[in-house]
Order: sequence, then C-alpha cells, then structure tokens
Amino acid sequence: MPALFAAIVLHDVSLAWRRRGSILSSLLFFVIASSLFPLAIGPDPQQLRALAPGILWVAALLASMLSLARLFAQEHADGSLDQLLLSPHPLALLVLAKICAHWVTSGLPLLLLTPLLAQQYGLPVSSALLLSASLLIGTPVLSLIGGVGAALTLGLRGGAVLLCVLVLPLCVPVLIFGAGAGAAADAGLDAMPQLSLLGACLALSLFLCPIATAAGLRISME
Amino acid sequence: MSNRPADTHVEATADRGLSARRLGFCRAGRPVFGDIDLAVGPGELLQVTGANGSGKTSLLRVLSGLLEPAAGELRWRARPVRAGESGYLQSLAYVGHTDGIDPDLSAAQNLAFAMRIAGATPSRVRVDHALDSYGMARTMSVPVRRLSLGQRRRVALARLALVPRLLWLLDEPLTALDEQAGDAFQAQLDAHLRAGGMAVVATHRALPAGGRFLHLGG
Repeated sequence: MPALFAAIVLHDVSLAWRRRGSILSSLLFFVIASSLFPLAIGPDPQQLRALAPGILWVAALLASMLSLARLFAQEHADGSLDQLLLSPHPLALLVLAKICAHWVTSGLPLLLLTPLLAQQYGLPVSSALLLSASLLIGTPVLSLIGGVGAALTLGLRGGAVLLCVLVLPLCVPVLIFGAGAGAAADAGLDAMPQLSLLGACLALSLFLCPIATAAGLRISME
Repeated sequence: MSNRPADTHVEATADRGLSARRLGFCRAGRPVFGDIDLAVGPGELLQVTGANGSGKTSLLRVLSGLLEPAAGELRWRARPVRAGESGYLQSLAYVGHTDGIDPDLSAAQNLAFAMRIAGATPSRVRVDHALDSYGMARTMSVPVRRLSLGQRRRVALARLALVPRLLWLLDEPLTALDEQAGDAFQAQLDAHLRAGGMAVVATHRALPAGGRFLHLGG
C-alpha cells in the first residue's frame, strides 16, 4: 500500500512537471498579487508589517484556488479517472495520494517563496519563517478541502467559479488561524495556539476530506 | 427488448458469473434503458448492440459499478454488486470509449501505472509483451499524444493483457482499429473466453466471436 501511494504521488508530480506551465502561472500569480499590495498601500513600514501576514495568506489561498480545477480535470477527460474508480484499492487512499501530489506541486512552492516575498513588507526573518511554518501546516488543508470541491464540480460548465464559491468559505478558519499565527509572531507573542489550531484543522481534514472527495467523485460520474 | 436471454439461462449462470434482473437506468430523470435481464457465465461473450444513443455505454458503466442503476439488481456470483466493492473490482477490467491513458506519458509508462492501479506490481516483461501483441513494440516509449487514435486504442486494449481479470467490459473496442489490430483483439478475446473468462462487449459491428446478443433500443 505505501508503494502504491508513493507511485501515485510520483506519477502525478512527474505529470505536473511535464505540464509545468500551469504550476508556474499560479506561482507567478502569487508573486504578482503579493507584490501589488506594497505598491498600493505605500511605503509606511509599520503598516506594511502589520498587513503582511494577512495579505500573504490571502494571496496564497487565491493562488492555490487557481490550480485546484486541474486536480481531476485531465483524468476525467482522458478516462483514467474511471480506472481509478475501478481500482480494487480504497478510493479515499488513491485520492489522498493525488491531493498529496497536488500540494507538493502547488502548496509547497508557495511556502518556499513566502520568506522572500515577506521582505517586501519589511518582515524580520524570524517572523517570515514562522509565517512559512503556518503555511506549511495550512496549505495542505487548502488542498484537502479543495479536493472535495474539485470532485463535486468535475465536468460542470463554469466549474472553476463554482469551485471557488464552494471552497473559499470553508477555508476561512484556516485563513484566520494562519494569518493570526503570523501576526502573533510579528507582535512578539506566542504563535503556538494558532499553530495548534491549524494542526487540528489539518488532522480533521486529513481524515474527512479524502472520504468526501471519493464520494464526490462517485457522484460526479453520474 | 428483443433477444432477452431465457430465464433458465439467468438461473444457471447466476452463481458463476454476472447476472442482472430488470435493470434500468435514468439520466436526468429520463429513462435511458429499462427492464434488462442478462447473464454471462464462464467462457461466454455477450454482445450489446443498438443504435447510437441507445444506452450501450450507460449499460456498461452500470455493469462496472461506475453508475448506480435506477432499478433492478446486479449480481456477481450470486452476490449483489455495490459501488467500490473490491471483490467485484478485482474480477473486472473495463475499457471505456475514452482510452483511459494519459497523453503526456508513453504507452509503457501508462501501462505500468495501470498495473499499479489495478493492484499488481508493475512488470516490464508483461508490459512489453502486452504492447508487442498489439504491434506497439516500436512506439512504446513515444508520448501517447503523438500517437494516432487507433494506436491509442491499441494501448488501451493492451491493458487487458496486463492483469488477468475474469470479466471484461468493453465499450466499442474496435473503434479506430485497423484490420491487423482488430485481428489481434479477436485473438486476445478468444483466448480469454477459452480460458473461462467472460466478456460483455458493446459494439455496433457484430464480432465474429459470436456469443449471445442483447439489442438495446426499439
């Protein structure tokens, strides 16, 4: 079973690499969106520092929405999704592997870029790293919740917009705790409570979302 | 529905193969087909014929468990089939009208991954052999997007040879195939049936392998 899991992750990551244009475009969106704010808000360092965690988190959330629609789209179009559904292995596990690969190709690059982008806001290195840590716990939750939305909106016309409408409200707790952790760290407070809450979100969605995604895929076959 | 198999046949094969009773399916509230009885036992072939849009694909998807039937009952070896049940899925191979292969990977990579998904350990020898039987030995490392429709179909059908499965559900297997590949498919199907396998094939062109027929639509 671990071999199968690793094989699916590897398969999806290598496919994403072959189609790296779409990874790059959502990364570029993240870079541009988070660079626009300092230009619009003005150079007041105090204000920028206070706004940085919230802005970077929102930009990361929106950037990860961009790549969600293609989580199952290609498989749906070429029919390999049927083979996945007809596999004798538990579908929730296969789906979890796919979501894992999606996070590696969309969430991971975001949190690696964040300390760099935080420099535009004059965030000290320690706060920037803590912001990255909050993204490390938070972005997998975004991928997991997004997987449910991607499964439910599969094959629908205008699915991409519906997907955002469906998924964004569910991501609000993650956004609050994630940005809260970054803000607390910057104010010199203990960020552990927020990080723990993020961890709880991750644990809960790690358990529930693959099952919901599997059920969503079966429904969207109809 | 004409050519409905006799009830005695349904009874006889019920505990050894696939059987369906009064099977019906609706799409968006509109009935696609209804009241279908069928039975396939070891070594038997059932050809599903009918005009375009008569519900051949839907029937195969219902038989595979991808779609829920609206009415009736589907049984595999006398036990009701439920979606996602691994016992049934371990006996099943499905080739739909989409090939189920990724255009960015080569034929060999696609088949190796298909073996993995089907619950087997990928084996280079089996993949080579399966592709070779469809005359795809020379193009096995070319990305599938550069292959023709017929060649993609060959790769999809080669999947059947990778992991031995009792029941084959095939949707228009001959689409886009040339004569040579059609013969290769025929040989593969014959060998499968001789070994006691079962097959339900949706086709608008009757296969020479014979078997029984189920005609959908008026």
